[in-house]
Amino acid sequence: MADKIFRVNMSTLSTAIEDVPANWNGLGGRGLTSTIVAAEVEPTCHPLGGKNKLIFAPGMLSGTVAANSGRLSVGAKSPLTGTIKEANAGGTAAQMLARIGCKALIIEGLPQGDTWYNILISADTITLSEETELVGKGNFDVVTAVQGRTSEKHGIMTIGPAGEMKMHSANISIKDPDSRLRSCGRGGLGAVMGSKQIKYIAIEPTEAKVEIADPDKFKEANRTFTKALVDNPISQALGTYGTNVLVNIINEAGALPTRNFTSGQFDGHEEISGETMHDTIVEREGKPKHNCHTGCVIQCSQIYNDSDKKYKTSGFEYESIWAMGADCCVDNLDQIAEADHLMDDIGIDTIETSVAMGVAMEGGVLEFGDGEGICRILREDIAKGTALGRIIGCGAGSVGRAYGVTRVPVVKNQAIPAYDPRAIKGIGITYATSTQGADHTMGYTIATNILGVGGSVDPLSHEGQVELSRNLQIATAAIDSTGMCLFIAFAALDDETCLPALVDMINARFGINLVAEDVTNLGISILKTERAFNEAAGFTNKDDRLPEFFSEEPIAPHNVVWDISDEEIDTFWNF
Amino acid sequence: MAAEDRISITVKLFAFFRDNRFKKQEQQFPANTTVRDIILFQGINPEEVGVTMINSRQCTLDQIPVQGDQLAIFPIIGGG
Repeated sequence: MADKIFRVNMSTLSTAIEDVPANWNGLGGRGLTSTIVAAEVEPTCHPLGGKNKLIFAPGMLSGTVAANSGRLSVGAKSPLTGTIKEANAGGTAAQMLARIGCKALIIEGLPQGDTWYNILISADTITLSEETELVGKGNFDVVTAVQGRTSEKHGIMTIGPAGEMKMHSANISIKDPDSRLRSCGRGGLGAVMGSKQIKYIAIEPTEAKVEIADPDKFKEANRTFTKALVDNPISQALGTYGTNVLVNIINEAGALPTRNFTSGQFDGHEEISGETMHDTIVEREGKPKHNCHTGCVIQCSQIYNDSDKKYKTSGFEYESIWAMGADCCVDNLDQIAEADHLMDDIGIDTIETSVAMGVAMEGGVLEFGDGEGICRILREDIAKGTALGRIIGCGAGSVGRAYGVTRVPVVKNQAIPAYDPRAIKGIGITYATSTQGADHTMGYTIATNILGVGGSVDPLSHEGQVELSRNLQIATAAIDSTGMCLFIAFAALDDETCLPALVDMINARFGINLVAEDVTNLGISILKTERAFNEAAGFTNKDDRLPEFFSEEPIAPHNVVWDISDEEIDTFWNF
Repeated sequence: MAAEDRISITVKLFAFFRDNRFKKQEQQFPANTTVRDIILFQGINPEEVGVTMINSRQCTLDQIPVQGDQLAIFPIIGGG
């Protein structure tokens, strides 16, 4: 059965299942969402208006048994940044979409009235229904209710109150195998779904399998690939401490943004570290290891219980913990876990919202260190849509504008994540030049700047940072198209068997003959497509800049500023 | 060896290197002791070491810390 494009038009309330255009055939994940946005969305359109489109696409290998291949890409023009946007997450949806033969789901147009809708898709039908019961509900209630209406095996993609209120930090949540949530977090894609008045999309389970052109070759390549992942020591550490293992090393490197980016080290780092989190999880009978999708062999997620040994949160990530922890000076992991849970339920990006809280603290809305205050604002303001809640829910830039704060860590209006660019200069290049606003995952130079993966580039030097970021951004765009979790990159950068096995799997899946260079070229072509969209939307190289405070305020302990020139930043695009 | 030939280093361990060891400890070493020797002194296999920093700056295993330095020793880790 050939893959199809599933299309829903919310203006006419009509649906269609179409053949895949020939030039989209070799694409998946981010490569496909960005290609469709570039082809079908007017770059200058209002992101929450009728001309924007919301695209869901499983990766090229999603739905197969390839290890770690269950990432779902969601794309649109971002209401937060005004740029093209792709956010990806695990959960069950990518694999389920691939198995029903959905190469991409495109949602276009806007409904005319106030009616909300839900969508149910299966291999050959798209059902659009009016929704009343779940409007205003949090994501956890939505999952419970939709499973009651359908089955526990259905896939679910949902928005919470933040998406309904079109807050620019709203995310799209994807149900995981335990009926909990993973988030396509960044850039406000939940607001785009909210603008189209779709509360959730459910996917019917199927017994069908993804067709593999050469099953024997695929199996062999997957065996090699899986071994490379499992044997990698970073994979093993991720399974023990989660991504939060980074708190202590980034703090030690003097690059842990603290107190709204005024210091590079946090006194309370041990209290919020991966080591403390691991011990707490074990003591409270949670699970240090947990997979966000079937087939993940790294298992960086976890189940974090409260002090009564009851489930509190999962997918408790370094970025979220840093942002509520060091950046807001909260040294209480339980308060951070509560806030993480609340943000999952409200459906709002933990990075953007927590950095916005840090800016709000500087603006005098609440005190630094007030973890209870963060939870109160989440419950009483953001979830309920008060004026303050909407200001914070529209991100760090929004808070800065409303409260007259000038130290606002954003690029293209998207909050800078957990690595200070003054002390790790490679990641500053990524923040500045990324096609999607500040985002560490676009070109994760931390690997080479700090972790010694893929070689070593001194984080405090100018040398080699642009080239490092460029190479990683190209590779990442390609990986984000395969459906692979980005954490395969740790093995791919240092284990020479890993990438060839990945290319072999793609070839065996589709019966094609790509070589490594083709994969690099795919990454280059995705970046250029995204860049061209942004330029047509009005962005120039003047937008590829960090906020001026990074150049003016030295950060402890290294007492360094951002000092890579604009001309040097602009050489990024020389390829 | 005379006492003045010994230097004091604050050694910090992370992740599973802490198991049955410590988080942070001040230790005495002869002057000219390399980072590698300090790692071996902890009973840690240098091949398991991913990152070392002296006073928050990346260092090599051949580097020689001086009196009062802080040496941080991490296994091979990653996240993001």
